[in-house]
Amino acid sequence: MAAQDNHRKLPSGAMSRRDFLSRSGSAVAGGMVIALILPEDSSAGTSGADYDWNRHRWVYLIDTSKCIGCGSCVRACRAENSVPEKMYRTWVERYEIPMEGEAYVDSPDGSEHGFDPVANGLSVGKGFFVPKLCNHCRATPCIQVCPVGASFATRDGVVLVDPEHCIGCGYCVQACPFGSRFINPETHTADKCTLCYHRITKGMKTACVEICPVGARRVGDRENPDDPVIEILATRRVEVLQPELLTRPQCFYLGLDMEVR
Amino acid sequence: MFPELTGYLFPNDVHIHWSLMIVMYPYITGLVAGAFLVSSLYHVFGREEFKPLGRFALATALCFLAVAGLPLLNHLGHPERALNIVVTPNFTSAMAGFGILYASYFIILLLEVWFVFRIDIIDTAARSRGLKRRLFALLALGVYDTSEEAQRIDHKIIRVLAAIGIPMACLLHGYVGFLFGALKANPWWSTPLMPVIFLFSAMVSGIALLIVLYQVAMKIKGMAIDREAISAMARWLWLFMIMSLTLELLEIMMLAYERAEEWEVISHLLTHQLSFSFISLQMVGGGLIPLILLGIVVLMGSYMDDRIRNTLTMVSSLLLLLQVLAMRWNVVIGGQMFSKSMMGFREKYVPGLFEKEGILAAAAILFIPFVLLVIFDKFLPTFRHVGTQEH
Repeated sequence: MAAQDNHRKLPSGAMSRRDFLSRSGSAVAGGMVIALILPEDSSAGTSGADYDWNRHRWVYLIDTSKCIGCGSCVRACRAENSVPEKMYRTWVERYEIPMEGEAYVDSPDGSEHGFDPVANGLSVGKGFFVPKLCNHCRATPCIQVCPVGASFATRDGVVLVDPEHCIGCGYCVQACPFGSRFINPETHTADKCTLCYHRITKGMKTACVEICPVGARRVGDRENPDDPVIEILATRRVEVLQPELLTRPQCFYLGLDMEVR
Repeated sequence: MFPELTGYLFPNDVHIHWSLMIVMYPYITGLVAGAFLVSSLYHVFGREEFKPLGRFALATALCFLAVAGLPLLNHLGHPERALNIVVTPNFTSAMAGFGILYASYFIILLLEVWFVFRIDIIDTAARSRGLKRRLFALLALGVYDTSEEAQRIDHKIIRVLAAIGIPMACLLHGYVGFLFGALKANPWWSTPLMPVIFLFSAMVSGIALLIVLYQVAMKIKGMAIDREAISAMARWLWLFMIMSLTLELLEIMMLAYERAEEWEVISHLLTHQLSFSFISLQMVGGGLIPLILLGIVVLMGSYMDDRIRNTLTMVSSLLLLLQVLAMRWNVVIGGQMFSKSMMGFREKYVPGLFEKEGILAAAAILFIPFVLLVIFDKFLPTFRHVGTQEH
């Protein structure tokens, strides 16, 4: 893992890269989305019938220094999971932190269409993108507050909602400190990232990981001793969002800044 | 229409998921708890000055409790699954207690109402014919004993039920405060003071409601307003509103003085998004003004003409009813006006008039208990002329 800290060069260099990507982003995504909906014959795909949830423990790793803010993940997630308009199971935030003064943060349409060039006139000291999604916390308030047990954690560490049982009270939406949940306006139930459970249990990657052109997003399995993600968690300095809330997120970050909440 | 935003909000935080209905719910249960406690002041603590109101307060509590669940049902994404809360309760959720609390309090209240109105039910059954007679015979549950001995036992049972009802009413309403107070994700909600504030404001709204309803009812029935009852209600209202206002202010002052991290967000919230509903309504119009008016009534009441006293308590009560509604609004809606990013705000939220969870629906739900109360009063006397034997 050599690529970190290159955000020091950001202001001028990254800009053109961003420009390029925001323009070509949708084209790239279009192609990749097609790849996603192709029959599940690729790589390690299995039928999922022999999947044993006692033999996996999923974690997620985001390397913020790699993310280029193209928004492909947001589009791929929407396509893969039929996420309704204006609702987000994942999104990307852009941080522009000036030499002095307040940080400027934005995520237009959850970065679904990438980002426009920086136009706020700030003299940016550092800038970076932070992809966000459900943290699949182990001590999560969303499961705690669900009055009917529709929100639950799988044995392999994924926080899910049973849309057949959810009454749509919205308590979990209020309880999530990360803004990862919403009430789906079509199903009227709580909705969130499933870590593409329908894919990872068949040996595939999540849609967002699959499509990320720079490898900023990765899924790991704690039960797999050879997993490179687990090696990173074991050997590198990783962080989680809002650790003070003690929700024990299972989504880990490399290169997080104190401005990120 | 897309809401006007400032700063950075998490993209899912743009929506107000807990609507006007969730403002109405604690408002209504607060009225229930407050009205019930007034009736208990007579039935349990023997405060004779509340005698004229003992039965009416109980009927009011029942009529409002009957609709307390409606705003929730209307809010749920899947109301047809509402019973899941009782069938598959997840006991780590504060909300899972709802079914049990609501049902047990409802039973206690129904029982108490039955015992209090039992003699009247039997009287009505004896005096009427046809369907009405059959209905009231049914309501009497086959017990027609009106002997003094039976009435003495009734009194004892009422006292016990009312006594059990006090902690139940506190639980039912305190639990609503707990729902908000125990969410660590939201700094505007997350405070142990929340259930306490909810309880005190419930008392305020319940007493205020009874003052308004009592005066209106007396006017309609052409009966005299009992001076002692109004004075006593004004005193209790003053006490509870002082407590409630103090707690509400303390919560803010603690945050401000601590310069807690969340104060940055909350100070902005109070001075911008909630400036009208918090400062103008909750603190000044519905707080300071009734504080002064009721202060005058309480301190100078003995020199006061009845009509002035009645008017002042009436105006204060109406203002306090508005204050508590504003407080519920500021908690429920205010807590959703900022993003959990702690960097962005929604500029305003105005519920639609005709929306499913809009103003008309809320007004309709709030109107039903008054209709129920009129119906109740038509069949069973909620007031009796002063001097008659009363429970």
